[in-house]
Amino acid sequence: MKNKGLTKVDLIFETVDVRKVMQKAFEMTSEEIIQQVLESGLKGRGGAGFPTGLKWKYTAAEKDPDKYIVCNADEGEPGTFKDREILDKVAPKVYAGMAIAGKAMGARKGFIYLRGEYRFLLPQLFVELHKFHKMIAEIGYDFNIEYRMGSGAYICGEESALFESIEGRRGEPRNKPPYPTTSGLFSKPTSINNVETLVTAMMIIEKGPLEYVKLGTKDSRGSKVFSISGDTPIPGIFELELGMTVQQFVNEFGDGDTKAVQVGGASGFCVPRKKFADTIIGFEGVPTGGSMKLFNSSRSMYNVLHNYLEFFTEESCGQCTPCRVGCQQLFKGIEKVKKGEAKSTYLNELVKLADTMKVASKCGLGQSVGNAFKSIVENFREEIIY
Amino acid sequence: MVTLKINEHEVKVAEGTTILSAAKTLGINIPTLCNHPDLCVAGNCRVCVVEQKGARTLVASCATPVSEGMEIQTNSLKVRNARKHIVELLLSEHRADCTKCYKNQNCELQTLANEYSFGEHIFLDLVEDHNYVIDRSSPAFIKDDSKCIRCQRCVRTCAQLQHVSAIAVSHKGSEMKISSFHDRPMSHVVCTNCGQCVNRCPTGALTEKTYIDQVWDAIYDNDKHVVVQTAPAVRVALGEDLGYDPGERVTGKLVTALRQLGFDSVLDTDFTADLTIIEEGTELLTRLKKVLVEGDKTLALPMFTSCSPGWIKFIEHKYPHMLPNLSTCKSPQQMFGALAKTFYAKKRNLDPANVVSVSIMPCTAKKYEADRPEMRSSGYKDIDYVLTTRELAVMIKQAGIDFRTLEEGHYDSVMGVSTGAGVIFGATGGVMEAALRTAYEIVTGRPVPFKNLNIMPVRGMEGVREATIKIEGTMEEWRFLEGVELKVAIAHGLVNANKIAKAVSQGKAQYHFIEIMACPGGCLGGGGQPIPTNADIRQKRMEAIYAEDMHMDLRKSHDNPEVTAIYQEFLEKPNGHKAHELLHTHYTERESY
Repeated sequence: MKNKGLTKVDLIFETVDVRKVMQKAFEMTSEEIIQQVLESGLKGRGGAGFPTGLKWKYTAAEKDPDKYIVCNADEGEPGTFKDREILDKVAPKVYAGMAIAGKAMGARKGFIYLRGEYRFLLPQLFVELHKFHKMIAEIGYDFNIEYRMGSGAYICGEESALFESIEGRRGEPRNKPPYPTTSGLFSKPTSINNVETLVTAMMIIEKGPLEYVKLGTKDSRGSKVFSISGDTPIPGIFELELGMTVQQFVNEFGDGDTKAVQVGGASGFCVPRKKFADTIIGFEGVPTGGSMKLFNSSRSMYNVLHNYLEFFTEESCGQCTPCRVGCQQLFKGIEKVKKGEAKSTYLNELVKLADTMKVASKCGLGQSVGNAFKSIVENFREEIIY
Repeated sequence: MVTLKINEHEVKVAEGTTILSAAKTLGINIPTLCNHPDLCVAGNCRVCVVEQKGARTLVASCATPVSEGMEIQTNSLKVRNARKHIVELLLSEHRADCTKCYKNQNCELQTLANEYSFGEHIFLDLVEDHNYVIDRSSPAFIKDDSKCIRCQRCVRTCAQLQHVSAIAVSHKGSEMKISSFHDRPMSHVVCTNCGQCVNRCPTGALTEKTYIDQVWDAIYDNDKHVVVQTAPAVRVALGEDLGYDPGERVTGKLVTALRQLGFDSVLDTDFTADLTIIEEGTELLTRLKKVLVEGDKTLALPMFTSCSPGWIKFIEHKYPHMLPNLSTCKSPQQMFGALAKTFYAKKRNLDPANVVSVSIMPCTAKKYEADRPEMRSSGYKDIDYVLTTRELAVMIKQAGIDFRTLEEGHYDSVMGVSTGAGVIFGATGGVMEAALRTAYEIVTGRPVPFKNLNIMPVRGMEGVREATIKIEGTMEEWRFLEGVELKVAIAHGLVNANKIAKAVSQGKAQYHFIEIMACPGGCLGGGGQPIPTNADIRQKRMEAIYAEDMHMDLRKSHDNPEVTAIYQEFLEKPNGHKAHELLHTHYTERESY
């Protein structure tokens, strides 16, 4: 299989003259900005991978005079810690991405919904925000950003639950449609983007889409910041070009005994050793919001799955039946099988349940619980049973 | 208009219609649980999922609007599998001890289980993993979390229809539950006991607290004289629990059934409804005179009605500074109770200690009202037991009575004669209409100037209604009201009551008299009425109430001969000393948070 190999990139953390980029964007029309983001092929970096240019285009097309740009910084996926690093190191680039998005869509207000545990970043973030506001006002932007804090619920990273939370209600996902681009925060057209997406969009404006599309593959343009953890000698944050195989990734980051890689966190997929070479990290293979966990042969995949299911059992908002009860059933179900209190064939019923959760849950949380469950049960069935 | 295909049938519906409603127009039934016609869409139970061609996942038909060219399958393999799983999941967290459950055979989950989940259950029973509690603290209802399926109908009812939010969702994931403020017992939160949540709970998680066994015990006790009173709204709804269509008037059969159950005397709340009109009408006219003519600052206008115990508790919690605006009249139930153990006992030569007073009410808040410490003016507990319409239906079934074949009975006397004005207390606007029929005539000596005494401007189902009645040709004593435009307002459902109370509180509304009923539609939509409820059913009950009124020989409370007699024999005069002692009450400021 042809692939791009493993290449380190420096785009997100690259030092740039933010003022210059803001000046450049200020002189562009809304259509030009959106066109450039569309041409770049950028897809959302939070994990779901919706084309960013389209999201912006839809929001821009709405007639409402009040629109919002929301930066999703509620980084909660187990094994992801790249947004913290981005905000810590290059917050002005995040702000710039938001202001550019605001200009493109005709929004004058932006909110950053920051994970509760990242509160310690705030003092520095405020200092930089103050400078940023001053700088863009000088250029002529009419755009203002405010912070809103999360309080530890994983579900509030889901876009519509995040809106509910900002609006002062319990963080529960809404019915869709309507989508945020038509009715989002405070029922106004809203573009909600991940921290990294906004920085990437800003860098696309800086470098031009032609430069950006040189990176990555047809389905997965550009580069991505990975949060690498688990059984690796070099855990941490690395920006890599998209298009590598899991094998190439493991060759670089593994400890020589890697038996599985969990790509995309608890809601992502488990790739076993036998599939490393054939699996591309990206939208044509296994997509990821950045979380890469490596497991070596000393790890029990039962424990890994048990841990994920316990997480989902607690972090489901509890609103819809498939997710609230389904998570508990999967969690208790594998315990029963492990203890021999249920037949091993009960796992087949649970796999069917995971399929139901995927198609019948209200939001992305319940819909993706089956990813980890099925990929671990199918590839490590013996570890679950014995 | 939007054209779409459901199960290969083409259908044209208005934009914004849900898939669920569109399917209904084709006669295709999609099962639902969290959906309720009175409430906003939740889309959380997922029972109604259907397959949409081209969509990544199944979609909730209750929450998804139709779109042009949409192709829907409501019964595909994928849908059936998902639906069966969802029902099984709900059953796995539900204590399914159906034979012990009060809602047995009137449970929407049970109905679904019958269709989708017979035989062995697929999944593990999760009930024992949870530390569920049954909250019996409220005198009006029981909250059993082990039967809750988290559809949040109750939460939406309490917030959206009643503006109370006594219950809300707390915790998340497997611990997510319907909870009260700080998890306090329901008796210690801002709850009006209106029972609207009970009316909309699809399972047995919320049920009224039943007193059926206590009532049977009293009936079988030969030392006790058990009197029963029936509220106006019961007679137009009881039939629904006994196989009749909504809107059937079963007054005569109701009386016969009660007699067959063994009550010693079958009497009518409508009698004290008429009495309420005399007391409350007099109070209103007196207040108007004192405030408008004498400039008395100790009395407050506008005056609010006080018949609805849900409303009383609401204002005690939310607008305690307006308690002086409440009429001091007890509700008809409590007036009846006070008289049953005084006037009635004396008249029938009974020891009041041996009189057991039972009321059949469309209401759960009446259970709370009967327990209030103020409601002992006879020297005993004025009302011993309150049964809902639903509980009475259970008793009739228990007794093996074939309701349909019963003869039409008549209420006993005394305290059994009533007028049409008493009957319409059961509908929103009815107290207002009854009061106007009497007050207008007291002031002018002439009947209200409306055809057949039907004061149409105060009737209807709109949440808040206003009307103005010009008073002309007054009698000498009421000359000060000559030419006055009497401004009245009516609200039903506490969310609407709140609108009026807020406006009055802020000085933005200039009314003289305001009728408030806590429940949608008034008592006919009360928390003790047959389940299910929806706008159509309430409309039919309302039509039956007004038909009952038209059917009565007497239509005005002051024409009730028993009312005239009780003043001569016992109460002396309206708002007199004895009346105050027995028929009036006071209110208590309660906490809010």
